[in-house]
Amino acid sequence: MKLKKGIPVIDQGDKLGFWGGKFGGNFVPETLKKPIEDLEILFNKLKKDKKFVNERDKYFKNWVGSPTRFIKLENLTKHVGGAQIWSKVVSDANGGAHKIYNATVHCLLAKRSGKKIICGDTGAGYAGKMLSMAAKKFGLKCKIFMGAKDIQRQQPNVKAMKKNGAEVVPVYSGSQTLVDAVSECMRYWVANCDKVAMCVGSTVGPAVFVRICGWSTSQISRELKIQLINEFGSVPKKLKLYNCVGGGSSSFGFWNEFMDYDKKQCEFIGVEAGGPAKSKKHAAPLTYGSKIGILHGAAQYVNQNTDGQIEETESISAGLDYPGISPLHCFLKDTKRARYTAASDEEALRAYKLVTKFEKLRPSLEPSHAFSVAIAESKKLSKDTIVVVNSCGDAYKDRGILRQRLGKKYV
Amino acid sequence: MSNPISYAFKKAKSEKRPALLTYTVAGDSSKKQSLEILKSISEEVDILEIGVPHNTPVADGSQIQTSSYRAIKNGIKVNDIFKIVKNFKKFDENKPVILMGYYNMIFQYGENKFLRKCKISGVNGLIVVDLPWPENKKFANKCKRKSIFFIQLLSPTTTKKRLKKIINDSHEMIYFISMLSTTGGKLKVSSKEILSNYDKIKKINSKKNVVIGFGITEKTIKSLKKADGLVVGSAICKEITSSIKKRQNPVTNVYNVVNRLKNKIK
Repeated sequence: MKLKKGIPVIDQGDKLGFWGGKFGGNFVPETLKKPIEDLEILFNKLKKDKKFVNERDKYFKNWVGSPTRFIKLENLTKHVGGAQIWSKVVSDANGGAHKIYNATVHCLLAKRSGKKIICGDTGAGYAGKMLSMAAKKFGLKCKIFMGAKDIQRQQPNVKAMKKNGAEVVPVYSGSQTLVDAVSECMRYWVANCDKVAMCVGSTVGPAVFVRICGWSTSQISRELKIQLINEFGSVPKKLKLYNCVGGGSSSFGFWNEFMDYDKKQCEFIGVEAGGPAKSKKHAAPLTYGSKIGILHGAAQYVNQNTDGQIEETESISAGLDYPGISPLHCFLKDTKRARYTAASDEEALRAYKLVTKFEKLRPSLEPSHAFSVAIAESKKLSKDTIVVVNSCGDAYKDRGILRQRLGKKYV
Repeated sequence: MSNPISYAFKKAKSEKRPALLTYTVAGDSSKKQSLEILKSISEEVDILEIGVPHNTPVADGSQIQTSSYRAIKNGIKVNDIFKIVKNFKKFDENKPVILMGYYNMIFQYGENKFLRKCKISGVNGLIVVDLPWPENKKFANKCKRKSIFFIQLLSPTTTKKRLKKIINDSHEMIYFISMLSTTGGKLKVSSKEILSNYDKIKKINSKKNVVIGFGITEKTIKSLKKADGLVVGSAICKEITSSIKKRQNPVTNVYNVVNRLKNKIK
């Protein structure tokens, strides 16, 4: 299995949509074959269409707010006493997280396809919130599927979705989290694909959704590359990019532009959700060596039992609480381009405390996982190493959990 | 050696009626009871579809989901399903049995091992909901070599070009999904429209046995009588759920539903 240079990773899949011959694909009911093919044709055409790309860039710049900041965390760097720690503050983006890129592109595609309704799944509520914002912006009706457990723990985002006029459909099946929300959203699409466009909230699902999402979030690394060159004159000789990985949309977007660099110069570190320290459950299929299986239309490493039933996950972070992982990350893992590890709930909370103590930055629980590993590793790294952490979400949505776990002081 | 599925269609045709296919989830509500249900409805049914329960079923509505979760909760494993089929075949060896499920279950078991087990236990056909054409070509061929029918699915969204290719690659039986829906949805299109789509399929190759499924209940079954076969699934799963709720015997209640369905198409 080999990563090719000079070809975007999203376009390195084979005819059937498999990366490295085994990750991804289209394991979907027959009914979805046609709408998926239609979307593929539309996307392949539009991504080469200058007018469409300009339109996307216009919205990214003027509406999403591009570029998001790239800042040095001076105090944290001093405290840790190793590598220089920087952050790409993607939570500056309109709505407070990277999910806005994918949502915007899906709404633009839906408009082009003539569909008037868009449905989507959400875990932490960001994908849903952003889709509801973008749908409102582009005049589409919006329906969001969300696990009942997540509705309870991510109330601020639920309120935002409703305020934007979206219908939030609670999903009571299974573990009542993201995995069930994605299933229910796909079911809704199976039954309404003639009139409704679907947005999958991460780089997961049937191949075309993986590609669209990766294409959209790559805005993050496009900006970062320019910012790095402006700051250091060139892409630094020792660069390490830390990002949390749930479905894998922000990390893929954070890394994409640096894919062709040697990993000795530009290393990618993905941090999965290890779950509570005392629990055996986790949401880290790459770190803990889960087997390949099929989930939501794609072959990927996924938490499952020997029979092939998908296993329940556990994480303090709703956005990372997913048993599978993007086929793109499976591909990056097996080609050894990226390295994956996990942080526990407790480690993420400790990192959140540390970051907010030293900096005016409030990473949500998802990027707090990445900060945890970045801080631990930075200690041992030389001062000319540039560590960049993608702060891809804002902690506003987590204030209920933070109050409960850390006390009022940290909200 | 001909597949008993072909014989079942021949028999129904000779009686001038569509074949009746039922879908029940293996292990619903328990391993023992699901076998009892199969035995009790066997004489009314031409082909038995047995669901391999999966916990992320993207094409199933709430009725089949409920049955699947119940079966999994009660401990059903793939090996138990083969045992159920084997035991059922001891009771009625000529009744065709089709396993229906999601690909991950087969993938984890191993395609070849799964097919060997199918052969040993007496499975005659397979429906894999999320392994569409052309992705299923290789597996379908493996099935053929074992004289197990791989049943292709067609949907109202399947394009004409695609229809022809799939039918061409299909074995003797084809499953037509009546409408855009998950299983158990209310029939939202007219039977006339469904049958007109059905005719399009038969026109391409009249020799294939085409069954219609999704949205078929006691209310709707009669209007689709002209098909080669009709599949009822969610209505049966629903009956099991309501029997449990009412503390009644699912075995007799399901038998009664199936009996009424059969009378409507006689």
